[in-house]
Amino acid sequence: MFRAALQLSVSGARSLTRSRPQYTASVAARSYSHGKQETDEEFDARWVTYFSKPDIDAWELRKGMNTLIGYDLVPEPKILDAALRACRRLNDLASAIRILEAVKDKSGPHKEIYPYVLQELQPTLNELGIPTPEELGIDKA
Amino acid sequence: MLASRALVRGLQSGFWRRVSTSSAAWAAHTHDVDVVDCSVPQYNNRLDTPLPDVPFVRNLSAKQKKLKEKEKGSWTQLTKEEKLALYRLTHELSYAEMRQGSKEWMTVLGGVFIFLGFTGLLVWWQRVYVYGDVPHTLSQESVAQQTQRMIDMRVNPVHGFSHKWDYEKKQWK
Repeated sequence: MFRAALQLSVSGARSLTRSRPQYTASVAARSYSHGKQETDEEFDARWVTYFSKPDIDAWELRKGMNTLIGYDLVPEPKILDAALRACRRLNDLASAIRILEAVKDKSGPHKEIYPYVLQELQPTLNELGIPTPEELGIDKA
Repeated sequence: MLASRALVRGLQSGFWRRVSTSSAAWAAHTHDVDVVDCSVPQYNNRLDTPLPDVPFVRNLSAKQKKLKEKEKGSWTQLTKEEKLALYRLTHELSYAEMRQGSKEWMTVLGGVFIFLGFTGLLVWWQRVYVYGDVPHTLSQESVAQQTQRMIDMRVNPVHGFSHKWDYEKKQWK
């Protein structure tokens, strides 16, 4: 658990919006003066591993999710899938719905990201029985 | 001494937020009441923190506890209302509710204008009832005499005042 927390603190912010429609697909030329730069795949893999921990606890889920939302990117559907499954292991439906809301909020003006993410997550949502915020009517104040 | 104590008590209940040292009773009560225990994690509505430290409702009624038990089973068995109830147990405001503005600015602007208007009335009253008469030198007749004198004195004859007066025709150019 502590290693995971350490890994989180080492990674810097990545200014890369990841989505299928290609508009700002250019990788941020974040030139560190030394050290290897983490690729997108490595970043995703690290986070998927984090959420896939079988005995993840509620604190780790909250910490992971809040940290991930703090980054300058919208998480890939596979990371969100792992997070939703972590919510299932923790019997926390409210957090699962909250994660979907946060993704929509995180996309900001790029309105096409959220429908894409939902589309990719649909099998998981159906399997676990997670409603979208729209289904519950909380997407409108 | 009794009077001052009553005064403090009145102020406490009316305006001051008591930060309680007896946290036991209030720790589980995460609604925004007069008592805020800052020594334990608190609930917060923040866009950048999707999962707050504690759930919004901590003291669950029997019905809510039953719902929490049902949450441990398959979520496909939950009705839409139950899912919504579970969400509301953990979160006070949804993202949409957090983002919505209010109409408070209209109240503020209205209040500002009301006070500006009231101030205008005060200034008007002051002008009528407090200020004395203006000096007699500001009367039409006095100003005419003054202007004539300035012309006679050739005030600013090159570019200014008297330059604009036509001395032959005895009128303004």
